[in-house]
Amino acid sequence: MDLENQKRVKDFAEKYGAENLVVILGAAEGEAAGLAAETVTAGDPTFAGPLTGVQLGLSVYHCCEPQFKEAVDEDIYEDQIGMMEMVLDLDEIIEEMTDIRDEFCKYC
Amino acid sequence: MSLFNNKKIIVIGDRDGVPGPAMEECLKSTNSEVVYSSTECFV
Repeated sequence: MDLENQKRVKDFAEKYGAENLVVILGAAEGEAAGLAAETVTAGDPTFAGPLTGVQLGLSVYHCCEPQFKEAVDEDIYEDQIGMMEMVLDLDEIIEEMTDIRDEFCKYC
Repeated sequence: MSLFNNKKIIVIGDRDGVPGPAMEECLKSTNSEVVYSSTECFV
């Protein structure tokens, strides 16, 4: 996750409280999704950004996970995300996201 | 009932995956507030 976004996430967690925040990712690959999810839960794994050593434990989901799909309007989802969903490796993304949430998420 | 009920949402899109505005559009149908949205580029 780029450094500017890490700073924003950290600032919003302080402003609204980590328990009130949910991060939604649109990453193209499981590995990228997992890295971003780890960053907002356990801290920046690359030790480069403002979230290094900051364990926010935020709720985090990928937009193609069933939890997101079930929460939003089905028709809008199909219009906006349906095409991309078909080309993404959903199994890999869901596995990465589930692993990170199980290990580090405090508010899921 | 919704996972996002009364939550503040941070959207981190991906230029090669799903861009931020697409997820924002979906979230308009929920009782949540998108407080920040961006679309990253990993290239």
